[in-house]
Amino acid sequence: MALEESHVRRAAHLARLAVSDDQATGFVDDLSRILDMVDQLQSIDTEGVSPLSHPLDATQRLRADEVTETNQRDMFQRCAPAVENGLYLVPRVVE
Amino acid sequence: MQWETVIGLEVHVQLATRSKIFSGASTAFGAEPNTQACAVDLGLPGTLPVLNEQAVAMAVQFGLAVHADIAEVSVFDRKNYFYADLPKGYQTSQMYHPIVGPGDVDITLDDDTTKRIRIHHAHLEEDAGKSLHEDFLGMTGIDLNRAGTPLLEIVSEPDMRSAKEAVAYLKAIHAIVTYLGISDGNMAEGSMRCDVNVSVRPKGQEAFGTRAEIKNVNSFRFVERAIAFEVERQIELIEDGGTVVQETRLFDPERDETRSMRTKEEANDYRYFPCPDLLPVVLDEAYLDHLRSQLPELPADKRERFQSELGLSAYDAAVLSASREMAEFFEEVHHVCGDAKQAANWVQGELSGALNRENLSITNSPISARQLGGLLSRVIDGTINGKAAKQVFQALWNGQGENADAIIEAKGLKQVTDTGAIEAMIDQVIAESPAQVAQYRDAEPEKRGKMIGYFVGQVMKASRGTANPQQVNGVLIAKLDALL
Repeated sequence: MALEESHVRRAAHLARLAVSDDQATGFVDDLSRILDMVDQLQSIDTEGVSPLSHPLDATQRLRADEVTETNQRDMFQRCAPAVENGLYLVPRVVE
Repeated sequence: MQWETVIGLEVHVQLATRSKIFSGASTAFGAEPNTQACAVDLGLPGTLPVLNEQAVAMAVQFGLAVHADIAEVSVFDRKNYFYADLPKGYQTSQMYHPIVGPGDVDITLDDDTTKRIRIHHAHLEEDAGKSLHEDFLGMTGIDLNRAGTPLLEIVSEPDMRSAKEAVAYLKAIHAIVTYLGISDGNMAEGSMRCDVNVSVRPKGQEAFGTRAEIKNVNSFRFVERAIAFEVERQIELIEDGGTVVQETRLFDPERDETRSMRTKEEANDYRYFPCPDLLPVVLDEAYLDHLRSQLPELPADKRERFQSELGLSAYDAAVLSASREMAEFFEEVHHVCGDAKQAANWVQGELSGALNRENLSITNSPISARQLGGLLSRVIDGTINGKAAKQVFQALWNGQGENADAIIEAKGLKQVTDTGAIEAMIDQVIAESPAQVAQYRDAEPEKRGKMIGYFVGQVMKASRGTANPQQVNGVLIAKLDALL
């Protein structure tokens, strides 16, 4: 699949990654090669093979519904850039 | 042109677990900000989710209650997007293999007909935190206590054709989750929220119109109003030559309108993929059988039983089974007094009227089911008449006595059925009312029936409401007619 720079820009935006013009050109080549490999994989006949959702042949263990965590807000908020009244402060979010 | 409305609902139900879906932090409502957000909920590096067994059990119970296929294997996926109240940068959800498959719910409409609404699927996911947009020095405040609260998202098929049907469906879901006890269903506190997909199409057309999604509607009334507004907006738009665009809208209850929230120009691309931190959830038949055996009686079954076993009308059965609280109250009253019709009449009449007047819910009723049942027992066994019963009800409501018997005793409301006593009172009333007796005697026979009311009233007054009215009526007619 031929990738264009706009695809790279969009992917970077969705992942919130800052990408310079030079890097973007490089990524177009790199990612195109990766996608070519995916195309190759997709040409394989997988009829009747169920998707592998996890490499381990194990199933999810469940925990009992019990409150085991205590309030550690002060400790967690020590590494937050800004807090007020117990709230984490972030740049204004406008919907 | 005739238009048809097409509605589908996505209902988010907060499950009533004690701890979060992937961590041991508490889910209790109303705590100080961020005191119930642990390292897992905050998405700190190195933490791993462990699934809450109760959340799984509750999702399965819901699935069984709506006759759905329960997935033998379900898988959690990551739904990626950036928002400050979602600390991990993704919501753990189930996109491709949800735990609950297709099912259905029957709703009852105003004309007593039922309609089957299909459920597409229901999946488990985690709730996000809350953003507080009041001004914190130009910043937004984030409370992550809600982050990680288990949600069951129930997605319907686009089977509803009016706002009324949508509300009836939402009420049916509410009744099921509260009957099951898997959620408190408190819409004001956000325990149940709803996204409404609305589109319109010319009547008779098969293809759906373009839909708008109204996010986060949090009351039955708002669902109805949001749909009403949205339908009108879309029809007007199309009739004026425009086209509906697929978008997310917000309902503003204060202005009674929906507004565009985000344009899909930068369409959300959630890049779902299976969550590598969680293994597939595998449920076996024995587990499902165990949960099936523990299902309580559900609203539809209760309603059916109220009609077939207790002989209630379709209307009474529907009202009394509508909520778990109402049904439990009624059943307790019935259990105590033994007469379903009396219990139904009083719960829906006197009690509901009094609750509505004071804006109380049945869970906050000043009269307990046991007290009301005790009162009705005294009506049924003839200790008091209907009139005295209303006095006793009022006294119980005002907290003037422990139970009906104490109030009957204290107020001397015991019904007088002693014929001698009643005759004595009647004789006295007749003796004191010569003018009315003369009128009665001179009246046309067919008019006398109405005139008897005056004498009955006087006797009831003389007995302070305690005389048995049927008895008074019978004796009075005999005595007055003897004077003719």
